Amino acid sequence: MSTTVNSESLRTSYGWFSGLRSWWRMLVICLEERLAYRSDFALGTVMRFLPIVTQVFLWTAVFAASSRTDIAGYSRDNIVAYYLLTMVTRAFSSMPSLAGGISRSIRDGSVKKYLIQPIDYIGFLLASRIAHKLVYYIVAILPFAAVLFFCRGYFPPAPDGLTIAAYILSLLLSFLLGFFLEATLGMIAFWFLEVSSIIFAYMLFQYLLSGHMFPIDMLADIPTGITGVSLADVVRLLPFEYTAYFPAAVWLGKITGWELVRGLLIEITWLVIMIGVCRFVWWRGTKRYSGFGG
Amino acid sequence: MRRYIKIFSTFARACLVRDMTFRVNFLLECLTSLGWMSMNLAFYLLIFSFTPEIGRGSGWSREPFFAFVATGLIINSIVQTLFMPSASELTEMVRTGGLDSVLVRPLDAQFLLSMHRFDFSSMANGLVGLGLLSWAVLRFPVTPPLIAWLLYPLLIVCGVAILYGLIIMLAAATILMGRNQSLYDFWFYITNFSRYPAEIYAGPWGDPLRSFCTFVIPILLVVNVPAGTLARPLSGESWGMVVLTFAAAGISVGLSRVVFQAALARYRSASS
Repeated sequence: MSTTVNSESLRTSYGWFSGLRSWWRMLVICLEERLAYRSDFALGTVMRFLPIVTQVFLWTAVFAASSRTDIAGYSRDNIVAYYLLTMVTRAFSSMPSLAGGISRSIRDGSVKKYLIQPIDYIGFLLASRIAHKLVYYIVAILPFAAVLFFCRGYFPPAPDGLTIAAYILSLLLSFLLGFFLEATLGMIAFWFLEVSSIIFAYMLFQYLLSGHMFPIDMLADIPTGITGVSLADVVRLLPFEYTAYFPAAVWLGKITGWELVRGLLIEITWLVIMIGVCRFVWWRGTKRYSGFGG
Repeated sequence: MRRYIKIFSTFARACLVRDMTFRVNFLLECLTSLGWMSMNLAFYLLIFSFTPEIGRGSGWSREPFFAFVATGLIINSIVQTLFMPSASELTEMVRTGGLDSVLVRPLDAQFLLSMHRFDFSSMANGLVGLGLLSWAVLRFPVTPPLIAWLLYPLLIVCGVAILYGLIIMLAAATILMGRNQSLYDFWFYITNFSRYPAEIYAGPWGDPLRSFCTFVIPILLVVNVPAGTLARPLSGESWGMVVLTFAAAGISVGLSRVVFQAALARYRSASS
């Protein structure tokens, strides 16, 4: 038997979301799935702190050898605090296996069950990801709190309430931006079935351009060939910095006042754009998708 | 032994045929792999725009450090080509019961599980590593002596053996835990310590960490000793580290074998 699924007619009859109850059910299922492999999950969480240790020693060695007290506006303590804060941001914005999972479901055809059921696939994925993050935070909060407390000496005094509110907002936006960026990426599989290399290439650029590897300010002195435009200026035109650099820089007081408001507005704009792009790619992708058998 | 070599070459040929069937994907994998390496090199160049060396008085100035990086690339590309693709499949095999079909075959399970799939695209980094090593060594103020060149490939093999032992022990953890999605992550994070010279681990926290990563999990020997043999004159302490690396390689492989067999003995099938 073969069927060609036209998802649009089915989906519109049920609307975008099949109700809050369905969402709650999806959330509970995902929580149960995550907690089924607790030891693996806990181990993975603790392991994520190891690269920070290397970075602390690396930058300590760099500062010791250079005899400088400041690199691109960051002291050694600032850099350590920056890496720790990017870890916190990545706990929100990173979406492990999301793009790969979407592309796999398209490639092996399992996506068609979401096309014929009254479930919005993107909504399901978002609920699933929220569940993933909730479990992650439950497991990670203790190691995170311990590490941040242990390393409190590296941090400048806590910012004012408004900055903290802006920081929390930027974290929540980074979660949504990260989700829609990667969901869109996974849906490229509607056009190219094997997208693992594209995903890996994206991860590389994301790692470099988000400020996860080093603060973007360090690129400020690197010319691009255009007068008055540095590499940092070009990187700041992209959405990636909001998934690592921006929240960390906000907490460290590198971005303040109107610059902070402007940054948040740009982040919201990127989020709206990516929601639109994600929905559009899903709509176009399901138009051309054909599922056979099963 | 001949039988295993024959089977190993059959696996390698089959994987090469598979890679060449999807040539564009293979090319993209090579490019992305090179992209990751280029990004790291750019990061190191950025660091050297701020400092003349990594660690005061450590001797790891730009050229020696790039010889260090090249050595890491060569060792990691061998491991990534030969062992990691198979090891990363083990997770699902344990969870789904696919491991059963391996255990009933008339071959050594460790051999089958650790060497049945190869990723030839990872060799691209190793080739670039060789080029980078040549570039760096040609710029050394003193040419490495003959003994250093003789020891270097042997120490590379030792580095690969230490990492292989680590992979096998992580694979054993996968069997014991039922599912271990973090295996690859753990391997990445733990080998992260070997990406930089051991001298950076200094101070009240660094010294114990350096000792731990040298004598308990000998990850700091993997790249530091072969790279140090080329980049720095062989002194009394260096010879001690060379001997230690040979010993660590032997112990890692032997111990991993024991741990893996013990894990298999505790394996309970997940299939029906």
